Amino acid sequence: MTAVRRGRAAGALAWPVALLAAVALAFLVLPLVALVVRAPWGDLGDLLAREAVLQALVLSIGTATIATAACLVLGVPLAVLLARAADWPVPARRALRAAVTVPLVLPPVVGGIALLLLLGRRGLLGGLLDAAFGITVPFTTGAVVLAQVFVALPFLVFAVEGALRSADRRTELAAATLGASPWQVFRHVTLPLVAPGVAAGAVLCFTRALGEFGATITFAGSLPGVTRTLPIASYLAMQTDPDEAVALALLLLAVSIAVLLLLRDRWLPGVRG
Amino acid sequence: MLEADVEVTRGGHRVRAAFEVVPGRPLAVIGPNGAGKSTLLAAIAGLVPVDAGRVRIGERTVSDLPPERRRIGVLFQDSVLFPHLSVRDNVAFSARMRGSRRAARAAAEPWLERYGLTGLADRLPGELSGGQAQRAALARALAAEPDVLLLDEPMSALDVGLRHDMRAELAQHVREFGGATVVVTHSRADAAALADHVLVLEDGEVTQRGALDELAAAPATAYVRRMLADADD
Repeated sequence: MTAVRRGRAAGALAWPVALLAAVALAFLVLPLVALVVRAPWGDLGDLLAREAVLQALVLSIGTATIATAACLVLGVPLAVLLARAADWPVPARRALRAAVTVPLVLPPVVGGIALLLLLGRRGLLGGLLDAAFGITVPFTTGAVVLAQVFVALPFLVFAVEGALRSADRRTELAAATLGASPWQVFRHVTLPLVAPGVAAGAVLCFTRALGEFGATITFAGSLPGVTRTLPIASYLAMQTDPDEAVALALLLLAVSIAVLLLLRDRWLPGVRG
Repeated sequence: MLEADVEVTRGGHRVRAAFEVVPGRPLAVIGPNGAGKSTLLAAIAGLVPVDAGRVRIGERTVSDLPPERRRIGVLFQDSVLFPHLSVRDNVAFSARMRGSRRAARAAAEPWLERYGLTGLADRLPGELSGGQAQRAALARALAAEPDVLLLDEPMSALDVGLRHDMRAELAQHVREFGGATVVVTHSRADAAALADHVLVLEDGEVTQRGALDELAAAPATAYVRRMLADADD
């Protein structure tokens, strides 16, 4: 009698693919495991209650929230413009898309330097602001928000633009035949239809703003309570008090995971199981 | 009375037509796929820019107005209800654009009743059958009290079994509607049930016009002959 050969299940992974996928997964997960395992759990309460930690936490949550609100107000209209640019001449359309994409691929430090050259005291606009209104932007809490908006805005714009593209444009035409002005169409039809995309974009925007480091430290510096956000505080603490740095890192991890959990089912299809 | 004389280019194809429609004598625009029938309707409703021409409703020249001020209702072929709004709020939409949500919902009530939608009022469009959705879309369009009603292939998204009943129902509502009506279709049966006379559009040009039996007596093109010979669908 011959043994029955058991066939491999259809669609089985080739072993090199499975192996490399496992390595990739380990690479993503192990650092976080290390962070959690080596955290100074015993002193965590004391570390997190420190004045400097609380200051950084309040500053980070506050600036990231304001930056997200600014991205919503500015980014949704930009997304609509981008989605409607389909009828534009090709070079104009490409230039528009490139302008939105650049901050996404640019090293954040470069963004910070660029912001300084625009809004710094001797910058393109900064000189005018200083002379006309006595306003100095760099190294203020406002500068932190501007740096965050610069790096986070494209995330919101592309999320909303994707939602706009998949929405049925004819619902907007139907609304117009029913007496809706362009603003009413936007308010009562377009916006509700892309709400899931807006929410997903806002989450990405908030987490990106919360983690912002390079553009912030370049453009806003690291003044305790004014511009020293959680990532900057964590990096600086690493030189002097590693336990505090780890506590700050855990705090950032916790906030990020909380945001994901809060919104995963309804608005983040990519995270849904 | 609706008077239209428009020339419109869409996707490289030019469509040109002129006609008049009086209330109570609906016009069917009939033609093969791609003849430009829907483009013609969209041009009259102001949904696509026209190259030249004029649209008048009675004494009003509406071709210079944006669609929201033309008072032209459109029934699209697959309903195009607002997916995020209940049937009630879909029907109330035009009133909502002019007033509060509460007033708009109250104004929608008689329309829901008239079109047999009262039991479906709290459903979302995704929960309706094709026939129910089309009825809701018609109620939504007529609740805006337009001067002119345009129907774009109103039956083509429905199952064949449903078409017969829906056609009779739609014919009833079109008769009750007091304004000028234009229905775009490629079906002789739709034209016979819904319209009083016919305009044949082929490749962007009008090739024949008249009552269906006049067309039958002297079909101007091979398409007209084929269309008239088509079995009832």
